[in-house]
Amino acid sequence: MELDILTVKSIIILLVFGISLGIATYSTWAERRLAAYLQDRQGPNRAGPLGLLQPIADAVKLFTKEEFIPASANKWLFIFGPSLAMLTALMSSAVIPFGSTLEIGDKFIPVQGIEVNIGVLYSFGIVSLGVYGIMIGGWASNNKFSLLGAVRAASQNISYELAMGLAIVAVLMMSGSLDLRKIVEDQHGGNWNVFYQPLGFIIFLTCAFAECNRTPFDLPESENELVGGYHTEYSSMKLGLFLFSEYVNMFVASAIVSVLYFGGYNYPGMDLVADHVPHNLATAIGIAVMFAKTFFFIFFFMWIRWTIPRFRYDQLMSLGWKSLIPLAIANIIVTGCVILLFN
Amino acid sequence: MAEKLFYFLTFLALASGLMVVVSRNPVHSVLYLILTFFSLSGHYILLNAQFLAAVNIIVYAGAIMVLFLFVIMFLNMRTHNEPMAPIWAQLAAVVSAGLVLMVLVAATKASSPALEAVADTDSFDSQIGLVQTLGQTLFSQYLIPFELTSILFLVAIVGAVYLGRREPGERNSF
Amino acid sequence: MRLSDRAKDVSDKNMSFAERIYLPAIATGLGVTIKHFFKKKVTIQYPEVQRPVSPNFRGLHVLKRDDEGRERCTACGLCALSCPAEAISMVAEERKKGEEHLYREEKYAAVYEINMLRCIFCGFCEEACPKQAIYLQSDKMAPAFYGREEVIYGKDRLLESKDKTRPTDGPKRRLTATDTYIDPIAVGYNRQLKK
Repeated sequence: MELDILTVKSIIILLVFGISLGIATYSTWAERRLAAYLQDRQGPNRAGPLGLLQPIADAVKLFTKEEFIPASANKWLFIFGPSLAMLTALMSSAVIPFGSTLEIGDKFIPVQGIEVNIGVLYSFGIVSLGVYGIMIGGWASNNKFSLLGAVRAASQNISYELAMGLAIVAVLMMSGSLDLRKIVEDQHGGNWNVFYQPLGFIIFLTCAFAECNRTPFDLPESENELVGGYHTEYSSMKLGLFLFSEYVNMFVASAIVSVLYFGGYNYPGMDLVADHVPHNLATAIGIAVMFAKTFFFIFFFMWIRWTIPRFRYDQLMSLGWKSLIPLAIANIIVTGCVILLFN
Repeated sequence: MAEKLFYFLTFLALASGLMVVVSRNPVHSVLYLILTFFSLSGHYILLNAQFLAAVNIIVYAGAIMVLFLFVIMFLNMRTHNEPMAPIWAQLAAVVSAGLVLMVLVAATKASSPALEAVADTDSFDSQIGLVQTLGQTLFSQYLIPFELTSILFLVAIVGAVYLGRREPGERNSF
Repeated sequence: MRLSDRAKDVSDKNMSFAERIYLPAIATGLGVTIKHFFKKKVTIQYPEVQRPVSPNFRGLHVLKRDDEGRERCTACGLCALSCPAEAISMVAEERKKGEEHLYREEKYAAVYEINMLRCIFCGFCEEACPKQAIYLQSDKMAPAFYGREEVIYGKDRLLESKDKTRPTDGPKRRLTATDTYIDPIAVGYNRQLKK
């Protein structure tokens, strides 16, 4: 019986991996189409219907391009950098609860890669490691623009991690647990955290943008100042891994935002649905809801990217340290006071 | 299974720890140090201290070592023109490292009854490393040391801000 | 002077609270971009949809035949002479007995080449031609190419087919170094400049 659970778990983990990769793949297509639509253009629509085969064409192109390693680069670290970026990006999707439980035989199996009671800390830890790929890659290139990009990435990620952590603390105070599943279950129905933590949500989202190195915080790779930043010297699939990990990160960040603030797989009227349909179907609807929310946030990430210009570096730092961190601390204090007053 | 993992992690920790000292390139040293932290976190997980493992990675591997790497990349240290330390400094380093080792061994020896109690599988509380237990202990039994540590941190923060503040007449703004 | 009434005076007054927290401005910006999302796209999907061209558009050249299917060109060289880009060159040959059904005039162009890299599609050749032998088609553009050798269009690609539908299998002979072709500079263009 235990073996069965292991099989189901490994299937779920493989599924989560595959789904995050698939979604990231199609995010590249969606991003280009969306960018085009926001700019009154069509975007890639030639490869397959609606251009849906474009990511495959891109991958083929990247794989067949010349693998170039600069002569003065640190060879092993040069290869290690993009691999690490991809690894950390994929690892954090493991703890996200995508749905409630599936009834298989007489067992209820949660739709989640691994259940740990420190889910938030786990994903936070992995996210904080994400910067290493960029730093190592940027340093190993032995190029001043790459190094500048790497250094920017490092200081930006550390600065925004603080505010992000503080924003999460307020959520943790409300749920009293570090378990992502418990946090989701607390937001049963339409009782989403965003209604109690609007400020925390905005802080978290802003920091998520910065952690994913997305516009308006894409200073590590700002092409017009740093010629591509940390990936200046990269070509072929190593460049592909760097760019692709950004999309995986975006998917994970969107999923975490939905879990922490938008109720994950909860939706108003879910009890009514659960009463009338079989358990597995209700779970499937929940998973669909979760993915709808995630897709909305991926869309939002892209929407912001094609709307807001990049920050200047001092603006980035003063926003992080002088606005977001004090606001997040104030948010914690207010949350604590309210919890004490009402309980 | 757990035993094999323990030996693997111990080997990894020792080997990467050695490489920190041995490798000529400071950036490599830092990366090996990060690997050491990871194997230590693995040990924490083996002890069911998940919180400690995660915090170790977030704080040490995720933040402090990033800053280390940051500084080393900026300093652009070259390995070949690094002068040898004078002989008295080398001696002093050996002596102080030996002293630290002695203190560690002594501390381990002194606390061995407690360690044995932990190692006793019958009375071992599997929940001991979880965040709830840790919080309860910190805020009841060890409240005073905890608060003292907070004050220490506050002092450190004030010191950092003082060091990092702009001098009058200094031009660059950040 | 005001070019549009959208100009704003520069002001250095302090920002209001709403402006300082930046979020309302972001929301406005997002509104602007999402409006464009639903707008009609201006892109023309080229191979499937083509822009209408003017009826007197000057596209790819064609060497015409007359009603009996004979080549009109008499290799007088006026097109080459009038060409400001010096894109046209030709080799003339005398019509032999029995070739009357092929060539209308007593002299014809054995080789006729247009260098499409040089051609500026001005249409002067068309205007200069006394025999109405060369035209710039209004419905066909000079296609793109991958190599320089494809750029020089000979009679095989310029001459109209017998049924006058498409340029086709004319002689594939190319200009060679031994050909005494009509050099526009030697013949007259140079002379004109000297005058």
